[in-house]
Amino acid sequence: MLEGHQRSASIDRNMRIVVAKPGLDGHDRGAKVIARALRDGGHEVIYTGLRRTPAEIVRIVMDEDAAAVGLSSLSGAHAVLIPRVCEGLREAGMGDVVVFAGGIIPEQDRSALYEDGVRAVFGPGTTTSEILDFLVTLGQRAEAGEPRGVGEEAGWHW
Amino acid sequence: MSDAVELLEQARSGDRRSLSRLLSHIEEGGESPVEDGSGTSLGITGPPGVGKSSLIGRMIDVWTERGESIAVLAVDPSSPRSGGALLGDRMRMSNADSSDLVYVRSLATRNHPGGLMDCLTPMVDVLAACGWQNIVIETVGAGQAEIRVVAFADRILLVDGPDRGDIIQAEKAGIMELADLIAINKSDLPDAERAANAVRTALSVGADENTPEVLLVSAHSGDGVEEIIEALSQTTTTKGRERLRVRERLISAWDSTLLSSPNIESTLAALETGSMTLSQAVEQIRKGV
Repeated sequence: MLEGHQRSASIDRNMRIVVAKPGLDGHDRGAKVIARALRDGGHEVIYTGLRRTPAEIVRIVMDEDAAAVGLSSLSGAHAVLIPRVCEGLREAGMGDVVVFAGGIIPEQDRSALYEDGVRAVFGPGTTTSEILDFLVTLGQRAEAGEPRGVGEEAGWHW
Repeated sequence: MSDAVELLEQARSGDRRSLSRLLSHIEEGGESPVEDGSGTSLGITGPPGVGKSSLIGRMIDVWTERGESIAVLAVDPSSPRSGGALLGDRMRMSNADSSDLVYVRSLATRNHPGGLMDCLTPMVDVLAACGWQNIVIETVGAGQAEIRVVAFADRILLVDGPDRGDIIQAEKAGIMELADLIAINKSDLPDAERAANAVRTALSVGADENTPEVLLVSAHSGDGVEEIIEALSQTTTTKGRERLRVRERLISAWDSTLLSSPNIESTLAALETGSMTLSQAVEQIRKGV
């Protein structure tokens, strides 16, 4: 075999990101828009489709060697499902994976998610460039050795 | 390198995360810890929307019922503009995320005509070394680069739908000659039998005597899936087809050499300004390699 191409492997470019819809929630327009925006920002996005269990999402993140997972929830079950994904990732030894969320997540529910290691919650009205800025910041934090993963020290969030 | 060996050890003992990391290491151009060409794979290709991923989902069910393991490398194109990619094949494989017998990895072509192919063979080798029994490469058969992906598989299943005639069109691009077996999916829809006959007719006018078998299947109902798997287990690649595949692999290796040439940037700049002709450019790159 000839030598493979060495990609310029900077951390904020070409991130592999899983975009997932946990639970019984049939609305995926938002998730698809986000997936498309991330792709247009130069990232590789693995879209899971609807109605995935937290265990399935953890498995997908593992198999795909993703650096981040975005969880979209419009069903009201975010307070149960998102922490389960976070816990599953930590139990599987994937505490370095970044978790962010989007959809309809009321303000008063967010601090609990941040304490659980979720690094951003994007609600209605978020621009796609804001999400890309968040990913750039993640790259900078990785380079500086600052916590960003779901199993790393909580505190910082977008 | 020692990292890769360590990851392989852990992957062989069943650690999926190590396997995933090892595949990423290879995808990014890292060296493989496994002997080159030691694994075998099944390539599945066909036009967009014919149901390749859904059919693989059904094949996964048949294999897992038999207690066999399956690893799928699902290839989708990268966006030429942003370099990003939207990889959605695994969402059609409904049981891919629950069974320990199934591993699915989505891969983007990353706009290297030869680059991805360079890493596919070592990825198949690693999966085989870790004990995965059925290794599938899935790709959209919508261009020359994608055909080349599938040429790296040991056996090739070509999938088409009824009422499309797409693979007869695609004959011009040379996919049909590479196939070991052709499946007409969506046999639950009218006109599937007619489409199968059209493909058989198209094949019979060719000079090749070893034409692939054409089978009907429905990824929707599951009808015909076992037959596809049986037929695949009995195919042997003929010499004529092997030549065509080797040819695709050579072209891909050539592209890869071209694109990784140290002179590529300066040659492109010279071509852009018109200070060099195409034949001079080819000469310069050949000297540089």
